[in-house]
Amino acid sequence: MTTLQLPAGAPGARLLGFGSYRPRRRVTNDELAQRMETNDEWIQARVGIAERRWAEPDETLVEMSVAAGGKALAASGLDANDIDLVLLATTSPPKAIPGLAPRIAHQLGVPRPGAFDVNAGCAGWCYALSAAADAIRTGSARNALVIGGERLTDYTNLDDRATAVIFADGAGAAVVGPADEPTIGPVVWGSDGDLHEAIAIPENETGMSMAGQAVYRWATTKLTDTLVEAMRRAGVGPDDIDVFAPHQANLRIIELMAKRLKLPERTVIARDIVRSGNTSSASVPLALAALLESGEAKSGDLALLLGYGAGLTFAGQVVVLP
Amino acid sequence: MSSTQEIQTGLAEILEEVAGVTPADATPEKSFTDDLDVDSLSMVEIATAVEDKFGVAIPDDELGNIKTVGDAISYIEKNQG
Repeated sequence: MTTLQLPAGAPGARLLGFGSYRPRRRVTNDELAQRMETNDEWIQARVGIAERRWAEPDETLVEMSVAAGGKALAASGLDANDIDLVLLATTSPPKAIPGLAPRIAHQLGVPRPGAFDVNAGCAGWCYALSAAADAIRTGSARNALVIGGERLTDYTNLDDRATAVIFADGAGAAVVGPADEPTIGPVVWGSDGDLHEAIAIPENETGMSMAGQAVYRWATTKLTDTLVEAMRRAGVGPDDIDVFAPHQANLRIIELMAKRLKLPERTVIARDIVRSGNTSSASVPLALAALLESGEAKSGDLALLLGYGAGLTFAGQVVVLP
Repeated sequence: MSSTQEIQTGLAEILEEVAGVTPADATPEKSFTDDLDVDSLSMVEIATAVEDKFGVAIPDDELGNIKTVGDAISYIEKNQG
């Protein structure tokens, strides 16, 4: 039997820079209260959102992803020519065909990279980050651009008070490159497909529906183990975590997870949901980009990440911030 | 098997922990939503805590039928052991 040759790869992968794009239009709870039976107090108490961004027609998924990707490239110090893998995590493409990663790469001037879209619900960016890190470690890619972009409002009934107050738009991205020491920890990912109907677009409908109680129960009971396992596999513990950046689905879930993990006081907890709403696979990179921009998180910080959502899917990992 | 009194006391502890309800207020006739200001997500947390404390699982579809503290006590009594 012929033995095939494999590339050398890299000992590890690391995050090199983040970028984000937030749509121009800010939608407050009071504005929503004018179009539906809801109010600021109810929304803040249930999900912790004060405002969110809704994309205008010209802020397409491609345009937002290109903007976030371009900023991540600039932050990384790399050039578009250095990138040979582009991943777009999204659940809300306007059409099934074609996938958008090749076009985004083209608009960014990345020459002929491996490029594909990842749909793993709100866990998509964490799935894609893991795929990119593995590709770099195995030598399938040298440097990767990993984008999470969403226009969830295209798939939300904006008059439905159960979902319109929650879902929003935006894009976040990071560049991943090779490293002598691993600084992107092993992913702990999985899925609970028996709960596939919990977050879905129902038959003959165009807007998403969510079984709020079922998802809340799943997130607050099952996912703490995922986070603990992600730390264990990376060889760190709660006391080592500088930044906790889970998917921004609901502030109460975020606070409960932080409490159950017994993270130390000093750990910075991402609460980007307060001003960004739930942006599905864009939420983790958007939150990290914001924390790095504000200086609340700094280069070298150890961050615990978790994506989870439609599928149901989940993925957690520990990373060192660029 | 816990007695009715033990269940009521245990449930009051859970309500205090999850939703900040004063234990003396957690009497059987009280409605979770109307009297104790416990919302649907806190009900999920209560269900999780009940399962940990009493070993009684309350699935989401049953959760909708539990309106008062008394309903919860009876449900736990009926399904324990």
